[in-house]
Formats: sequence, structure tokens, C-alpha cells
Amino acid sequence: MASGGSGWRTLPPGGIIVEPGSSLRYKTGTWRVMRPIINQDKCVRCRMCWVYCPDAAIIETDEEYVDSKGRRWNRTYKVNYDYCKGCGICAEECPVNAIEMVPEVK
Amino acid sequence: MMGSQPERFKSKFRGILDIPREERFVSGHRLCAGCPVGTVMRMLTKVAGKDSIIVNGTGCLEVSSTPYPYTSWMNPWIHVAFENTGAVASGVEAALKVLKAKGVLGKDVKVVAVAGDGGTFDIGLQSLSGMLERGHKVMYVLYDNEAYMNTGIQRSGATPWGAWTTTTPVGKKWKGEWRWKKDIMGIVLAHRVPYAATASPSHPMDMIRKFEKALYYTREGPTFVHVLIPCTTGWRFDPALSIKVARLAVETGIWVLYEVEKGKFRVTHKVRKRKPVREYLKLQGRFRHLTDDDIEYIQKIVDEEVDRINKMAGEEVIGPVEA
Ligand SMILES: Cc1ncc(C[n+]2csc(CCOP(=O)(O)OP(=O)(O)O)c2C)c(N)n1
Ligand code: SF4
Ligand code: SF4
Repeated sequence: MASGGSGWRTLPPGGIIVEPGSSLRYKTGTWRVMRPIINQDKCVRCRMCWVYCPDAAIIETDEEYVDSKGRRWNRTYKVNYDYCKGCGICAEECPVNAIEMVPEVK
Repeated sequence: MMGSQPERFKSKFRGILDIPREERFVSGHRLCAGCPVGTVMRMLTKVAGKDSIIVNGTGCLEVSSTPYPYTSWMNPWIHVAFENTGAVASGVEAALKVLKAKGVLGKDVKVVAVAGDGGTFDIGLQSLSGMLERGHKVMYVLYDNEAYMNTGIQRSGATPWGAWTTTTPVGKKWKGEWRWKKDIMGIVLAHRVPYAATASPSHPMDMIRKFEKALYYTREGPTFVHVLIPCTTGWRFDPALSIKVARLAVETGIWVLYEVEKGKFRVTHKVRKRKPVREYLKLQGRFRHLTDDDIEYIQKIVDEEVDRINKMAGEEVIGPVEA
């Protein structure tokens, strides 16, 4: 990335950003006041929280999950607390109320 | 493609599971908590894919997604100024054309312009008009949070009647914005573009298919998608409600989801029974000062607009207010 020297001389010409998605190094999870908790037993894997999250802070994986009623799911949704800002959209939009917002600090 | 029969558009996005998992507008951006611009850009870049260049006008999105040395974009991205998104996108598209003609560029690369309402309705209107007039093959996405939010909630040509902003304050003399929202879709359509549509983050599949269709029609010319963006900071509501507010805009008939494809008007999401506009207004602090008479006035204007839409559709696509 750097073009030699020190200070501003280390910047690429034009001050361009050469690393796509470099904001992943900036953790916005510290903004959070309320923490979303997904109840894996209630979740019906509809994908809505994943779609709506403005911060891409819901992670979708192919991890299997068998819930307490014996239903087998082939996808799992988890919150990425490194980035989740705690806006509460996921909890508001979840059609089965599987997400609860709890205070970060008691 | 050359010389073949004109193909018809067919959506790749049949259901919600067809949305690619891969993120191209990644975490770590500094949009306010609950800002649906994040949602919209995630979906937009998922549709546009890796072979697209994003041209971004100055505003919340540009500032929040690229504080040096960070960027949330996985795509090539360029920002120049506030007033020239359309001009920059035109230039990028023209450059791609030359590179292709010279055989330097072997593949199809799309150009996607993204700008706010201030940057589109007002200061960027001339550059947008030029881009549309010259027929550049660009998809232009207008994210409309109904004011200049990045600089502190100043009214724009997109601010609706009655809304409080810092430049349309509420006091003894002034009661918020006193003008109606400018008909930007009408202005764009007057350029006879092949495709233009409205969208809302509350209806993601509808929005995604419109992005897809708008990209498809760039083979014929410039296309336009106007997305409503409830702004938690400027509209004054709880961040958790962003999507709900957007949905209410659709359910009250304030925001009608439609497209104009090759001149053909179609409402893409019908509303059988409308909710009263009050339900949308009451969630937002920017409308807190409105009296019952004011709200009735807004309802009357929305009723008239709905009538106009139904006439254009040739059937009742947006129903009456439910009792
Ligand atoms: C020529 C010029 N005038 C003023 C500004 C200051 N400015 C930066 S962003 C902005 C507001 C952008 O508003 P809008 O396009 O509605 O996008 P939003 O911030 O709401 O997303 C203004 C006025 C500028 N950058 N350039
Ligand atoms: S609280 Fe907001 S930021 Fe956090 S996961 Fe839910 S939608 Fe995403
Ligand atoms: S919205 Fe609720 S039910 Fe749907 S995937 Fe997310 S947690 Fe599961």
C-alpha cells in the first residue's frame, strides 16, 4: 500500500484506498447499548434479520441446528457483536419474535 | 448479444434465498445505528455484483462508508463532489466504452451512481439531466432521506409538507416545510428513460428485482431507482423502527411502489386497504407539531395522489383508507 518515505508520503497516489472492505478493521460494536440475542429454538430461519440488518452484523452459516421440538434446520443466524450497533431492527422485524434486546450493561 | 433476438428480462431473484450471501457493502461503516441506507447498499451491491463501478455523490453514505483509510465497499468506487454524480458516472461510462472499443476491457462492466436527495433533486439535478439526456448506460439510485442529513438536516426539494428541518423550523411563524415534495420521478421520466422505479427497504424483494431490472435496461440507456430512506436522526424516531416506518409509508399510500418499464406504468405492490397517514406521521418527531387539521390536509393530498395513480394504472391498485 505504502509508496515509501514517511508521513503523507506513505499514502498511495491520489489518496486512494487500495484495500476493499477495509472498514472491517473498524469495530462498530462499541456503539451498542442494547444487545440482540437470537433464540435459536424460536428462529424459523426466514432470513429477514439478515436481510434488514444495515450493518451486515447478522451472520448466516450452513451450520445445522436441531431445535427442542426436533426440527432440523440447515442454516443458522448469529449476531456478529464486533459490528452490531444494537439498533434493534432485527428484533423489531423478526416475524416470530425470536430476537430479544437486552441492555449491554446492567 | 449482437444481432440476436431482443431477449426479455427474467429475474434471477425468485425468492429470498436467491439473495447472495456474500457481502459487498461490509460492516464497519459509520452510518447511524438503524440507518436503512446500509440495508439498501448491501442489497444493491449483491445485485450489481463484482463487475460494477459505484459512483457516489457527497452525503451521509459517502462520508460514512469511506472515512480514510477505511472503505466499506468491495467494488471499485469513486467520489468526486456533491453536484456531479451524474457527470462523473457519465465520464466513467464513456471511459469504459473507449476501453472496450480499444480491446483493453474484455468484459461488461456496469456503472451504478448513488446519491442522496439533496444531491439529486437540487444541486445535482443538472448533471443528472445531462446524463439522462445523453443516454449514458448508467443505473442511478437515489436514496431519499428527504433532507440534507449529512450537514445537519437542512430541507431539500424532497422534504415533504409539514416536516420539521433545521431550515424549516417550527415556531410561532413557521410550521415546518410549506412546499410539497418535488416530483423527481416525473422529471426523470420526462427524459424518456427505458426504466425508472420507486422502492422501499421494507419490501426487499421488490427493491432487489427493481435494481436487477434497472441494471438490465442500462443496455438501452440510463435507468433510475428512487428509494425511500427513513432517517432515524433527521426524522426523529427510534432506530429499531426504520423498516417499520418505510413499510408504513407504503401501507398508507404515501410511498407507492411502481415502475415505468419502456413507458409502461405498473404498480408492483398493490395495497388493498390503506392505513391512515396519521399512523405513518405519528411515529416521527419531525411531524410532532402537526395539528389534526394538518394531518387531514395531508390525508386529502395523499387521497388525490392515490386517485391519480389508480387512474394511471387503469384499476384500483391502491385501495381506500380502512375504517
Ligand atoms: C458544492 C457543495 N456544497 C455543499 C457541500 C456540503 N455538503 C456535504 S454533504 C451535504 C448534504 C448532502 O445531502 P443529501 O444529498 O440529501 O444526502 P444525505 O447527506 O442526506 O445522505 C452538503 C450540503 C458540498 N460538499 N459541496
Ligand atoms: S441490532 Fe441492528 S445492527 Fe445489531 S444485528 Fe440487529 S439489525 Fe444488525
Ligand atoms: S428474523 Fe427471526 S426467524 Fe427470521 S432468521 Fe432472523 S431470528 Fe430467525
